[in-house]
Amino acid sequence: MLLKKILIGTRGEKMTNSNKNYQLICGLEVHAELKTKSKMFCGCKNDPFHAPKPNIYTCPVCLGMPGALPVPNKKAIEWTIKLGLALNCKINLFSKFDRKHYFYPDLPKGYQISQYDIPFCYDGYLDTSEGRIGIARIHLEEDTGKLLHKTINGKKVSLIDFNRGGVPLVEVVTEPDIKTATQAAEYGKKLRNIIRYLDIGNCDMQKGGMRLEANLSLSETGDLPDYKVEVKNINSFKFMEQAIAYEIDRQTKILNQGKTPAQETRGWDANKQRSFSQRAKETAEDYRYFPDPDIPPLQFTKEQVEKWREKLPELPAQILDRWYQNFKIEPKFGEILISNHCLTTLLNAIFSKAKRKKINPNSIAKALVNKKLTLQLGDKPKNIIANYQQLHKIDNIDSDVLKQTINKVLTTNPDAVTKFKTGKTQVIGFLLGQIAQKLPQKLDMKQVRLELLKALEN
Amino acid sequence: MLNKLTLKQAIDKLDNKKITLEDIWADVLSAIKNQNDKLNVYLAINKNFKSQPNKPLKGLPIAVKDNFCTKGTITTASSLLLKDFVPQFESTVTQKLKDAGGEIVGKTNMDAWAHGSSTETSQYGKTLNPRNTQHLPGGSSGGSAAAVAADMCIASLGSETAGSIRQPAAWCGVVGLKPTYGRTSRYGIVAMASSTDSPGPITKTVEDAAILLNHIAGHDPLNATSSSEKTPNFTESLDKPIENLKIGIIYHNLEGLENVWKLFAPQLKIFTKLGASVKYAQAMDPKHAISVYTVVQRSEVSSNLARFDDVRYQHGRDTFGNEAKKRIMLGTHTLSKVFNTHPYSLAQKVRTLLIKDYEKLFKKYDVLISLTSPGFAKKVGATEGSAMFGELEDMLMEVSSLSGMPGISIPCYRDEKTNLYLGMNIMAPMWREDLVIQVADAFEKNTDWNSWRKND
Repeated sequence: MLLKKILIGTRGEKMTNSNKNYQLICGLEVHAELKTKSKMFCGCKNDPFHAPKPNIYTCPVCLGMPGALPVPNKKAIEWTIKLGLALNCKINLFSKFDRKHYFYPDLPKGYQISQYDIPFCYDGYLDTSEGRIGIARIHLEEDTGKLLHKTINGKKVSLIDFNRGGVPLVEVVTEPDIKTATQAAEYGKKLRNIIRYLDIGNCDMQKGGMRLEANLSLSETGDLPDYKVEVKNINSFKFMEQAIAYEIDRQTKILNQGKTPAQETRGWDANKQRSFSQRAKETAEDYRYFPDPDIPPLQFTKEQVEKWREKLPELPAQILDRWYQNFKIEPKFGEILISNHCLTTLLNAIFSKAKRKKINPNSIAKALVNKKLTLQLGDKPKNIIANYQQLHKIDNIDSDVLKQTINKVLTTNPDAVTKFKTGKTQVIGFLLGQIAQKLPQKLDMKQVRLELLKALEN
Repeated sequence: MLNKLTLKQAIDKLDNKKITLEDIWADVLSAIKNQNDKLNVYLAINKNFKSQPNKPLKGLPIAVKDNFCTKGTITTASSLLLKDFVPQFESTVTQKLKDAGGEIVGKTNMDAWAHGSSTETSQYGKTLNPRNTQHLPGGSSGGSAAAVAADMCIASLGSETAGSIRQPAAWCGVVGLKPTYGRTSRYGIVAMASSTDSPGPITKTVEDAAILLNHIAGHDPLNATSSSEKTPNFTESLDKPIENLKIGIIYHNLEGLENVWKLFAPQLKIFTKLGASVKYAQAMDPKHAISVYTVVQRSEVSSNLARFDDVRYQHGRDTFGNEAKKRIMLGTHTLSKVFNTHPYSLAQKVRTLLIKDYEKLFKKYDVLISLTSPGFAKKVGATEGSAMFGELEDMLMEVSSLSGMPGISIPCYRDEKTNLYLGMNIMAPMWREDLVIQVADAFEKNTDWNSWRKND
């Protein structure tokens, strides 16, 4: 019940459940693993989720052995820049990798190779139905290993699996433009879809192939407040929506008491449906960033970037636009249909074929969205169209049977007939429904309507 | 006495079948047996070898500094932390050495983690200078230089961050060649300061250095900072006249250097005799290089040693010696605060100015020459209480290291009383090892300072 109330409160309008109004100020940091063949800085296989055993896709480089050196993966860099282009970013033609230092057992070198002040991409945007969200930057880094805490022979142990260590990871950081929990979820879904359409990442959220972090605070004025809460460990869009909603409520209560929420990192407990404090973050951490001396700076040319731009595939927004232009597919259906990038080619074929056969593609789209029609990878367009026609086949009906049914309905509903005759034509709908109920066949409602009007006029 | 052969002599004699590889190894191993307990040159010794008559290095015994990862052989970088570290991979340079038929006769002692210029900071005991055991061999490649000086190998490999090849070569009276940064691969060498680390040969003659460099140089796809620049045949720079070459002499008027300069200056006359033009030139005061190098190197050290996090390698950070601890602390500090304003960023800017200063000089001169080190080998124990020992001993080479230029140190004076040597440092623009070798070879062959040439 509480949750429902909060969710309503987050749909754009200002919250009035207290004496003060607060606006959500929220930015997202999204990490996504790239599905290059090899890891970011070595030749090891990049397939952490299908590895048959721990620590088999490793080498001196991704284990951070003394003397081992990183060599950047060109494909991963190209893909990061393509993602930037797809998100309307500017591209830094001069860029570099930096070392970010912190100690953690899953980080074998004691630093992560990342990008600090010159990310590959910056200053882009992604449009949502609730407004434009600025993309502050996109940079490329290496993923860490995975820690497993287990009990073996009654002893508690911590194990490290480096199959994931060194997998290329892009980080997409938005401006604090997100105003509602639903907008955050929409942004996340759209971003995931773009990555999938670019065919550069699987974004499997369950396995950690895509990870979400929200930075959020509430503001009375709309200006950036002087505190920020970071919510981590969110592995679904639903949880993100819930976590943001929960935080709005939690922070509102604190602010209404005249206090400021603590600057901290919080986790999201999906079972208990609440966030919990992980660590205070009162001062900025000192990661001792400096340019990685093992990797020379990178210089791209405008021509190179333009070539990559030309090679971009058709992206969700462009597909929606084309479907609307060519097939009059309503965006509300299109949005749902493009969420599975694997089916786009098939849908294109179905819509084209339908158009040629003078069948309204939008009706097929609607039927698919309403699950009246099902679609699977490998289906033949002509079969789908046949299924659709089957769905909408109109049984021939003996006109005498139809007339008899109409008369029956009119005699049992004299009030409706009277209403119609006094000009309340909306009763037609009611009468049509009554007729349809009495007949088992699929009816051509245009024909029925015509017959009904005839009968009423007599 | 076949251990006293130079690399070139050994190769020629093996080719002419005048001697056998077994005889050379026997003499080298016996020299090791007789001297290693006293000098503490080798941390590990290998007695197994294969004759490789069809390969250029024939299976000859080469000493390798213990910071080169050698597959299956413990590699400690003279640290206790890596006491039990057996690399599962081979460094590119030692792989190239092996591919050319070189056999590793042993891993040599060094300053722990290459932090120092004395080999006194090794966690396995100091190495003594074979020329005079009251004195230090220099460092950090002190073991490799001493191995050559004591004829405990035919030639050796070292690595230099700033002076670590040339300074011990100077102190031990041998030849040390630091290649251009990127000419030789850093892959598999325990990193000290990544932006200046350069592996290179330490040998008995300039000719040997040219031969060895031919085999270890070249692009390495495993090292992103290694250059794709073509590797010339460096032996083509031997026996080449130096007339009309323009030589600039630098660091001639530094305070405190007056006494050694008096011994050094007369040695330069030979260049004029050989037809080169020799002029005194003015380089920026080395004190700037000391500051820049200290900040850059400490910063990179603190980062490179972060991987020893007590999770692996069996031994933890508590085993770091004082020198490593001091460097980590200073480097952590110099990387702190906001990027672009921390001391590291500022030092990098000054580094660019130093590079430009040398570039300007190289518009006027083909090579620049200075003393390698401000004096003779210091006495054992000299590093105690001297926190900046290495920086001061290496100050005359720091700019060339920071700017990636090649340089060679060759013996250019011997003190009869102490049997200690002075080194001459010859530097050239990037990728011009050929010039460095040409001038060094001319000096060596026209003077009597090289103890092996004297024996010829």
